[in-house]
Amino acid sequence: MASLLDKRDDEREEGEINTAGLADISFLLLIFFLITTTFDTDTGIGMTLPPPLPENQQPPPVKDRNMLKVLINARGQVLIEEEASSMEDISREVKTHVLNRGKNPEYSQTPDDALVSIKTDRSTSYKMYINALDEVKATYNEIYNKHAKEQGFESYQAYKESLGPDEDDMIREKIPLNISIAEPSSRGGGGEGGSSS
Amino acid sequence: MAADSGHFEKKSADTGDQGIPTSSLPDIIFMLLIFFMVSTVMRETNVKVKTSLPQAESLEKIEQKRLISYIYIGPKKQNVKGSGQTGVQVDDALIQDVSNVQGIMQRQIEEEPRLIVSFKVDQQAESGILRDVEQQLRDANALRINYASNQENQGG
Repeated sequence: MASLLDKRDDEREEGEINTAGLADISFLLLIFFLITTTFDTDTGIGMTLPPPLPENQQPPPVKDRNMLKVLINARGQVLIEEEASSMEDISREVKTHVLNRGKNPEYSQTPDDALVSIKTDRSTSYKMYINALDEVKATYNEIYNKHAKEQGFESYQAYKESLGPDEDDMIREKIPLNISIAEPSSRGGGGEGGSSS
Repeated sequence: MAADSGHFEKKSADTGDQGIPTSSLPDIIFMLLIFFMVSTVMRETNVKVKTSLPQAESLEKIEQKRLISYIYIGPKKQNVKGSGQTGVQVDDALIQDVSNVQGIMQRQIEEEPRLIVSFKVDQQAESGILRDVEQQLRDANALRINYASNQENQGG
């Protein structure tokens, strides 16, 4: 009996897991993850909504001259400060409005106070709304870029990257991006937002 | 000559079982595998509304994909009940009533206070519905939002 067991042990080679298939298995997994991985980052227009107002409280008053009113109706027609205009005019108007610095009584007192209000009809298409918002944001970016260049940076992006974690973005502090979004007959006068980043 | 050839023969006989060593291949593959496993964000979303995104120029990138919660607004797809009507979908589920958004978002913001809500809205959708959803988000204190849009083609 004992001899039989001994013989068996002798015949057996050293036990080893066959690893030849391991590479194949991991290749399979690798291919699966390669296919399911998407590296596209989400892009979009970032905004920050204003916090909800307490009950029965009115939104803070804004002087009429500090607010540039942009209205878009259901057909996509644009009205800037009660004057019929077009999407292309938004950029120019916003620039004069923000950088007015109290010169023209029709426009804002300081860039800090300047506010752009985008009002849309309920049935205005989302595309028109995004177009208008994009125009305003692009104009602000242009202003920021100009200021950054005056300080010797290549662009506003480069200026932002040069800031330390505790340093404040001075350009943005001086010219904050204030956009008010509302619909003509909404409750509480609608929202007010600024860009998030 | 004979000695030489004999020498050669011996050499080739020694290295006769030549091949690329594959013992470290699994390790390399595993490394790649782990990289892709880590960088993959698995998200099963079944979008039940049609959204063709608008185009814009001044875009920002959201790097932290894990913080994003999506809201889709657009006409319902063909196979969904009541197709053609504008539907609102939060992450994975169609919302029957817009006023439910507040509750959903409140729960999400408790889990992740840095939540970013990304709006994927159809170009032709009416902005009135978007306003309603935004009001819900304000009430839920989910204030960081993003209007998803594609890069505008420079050529026009």
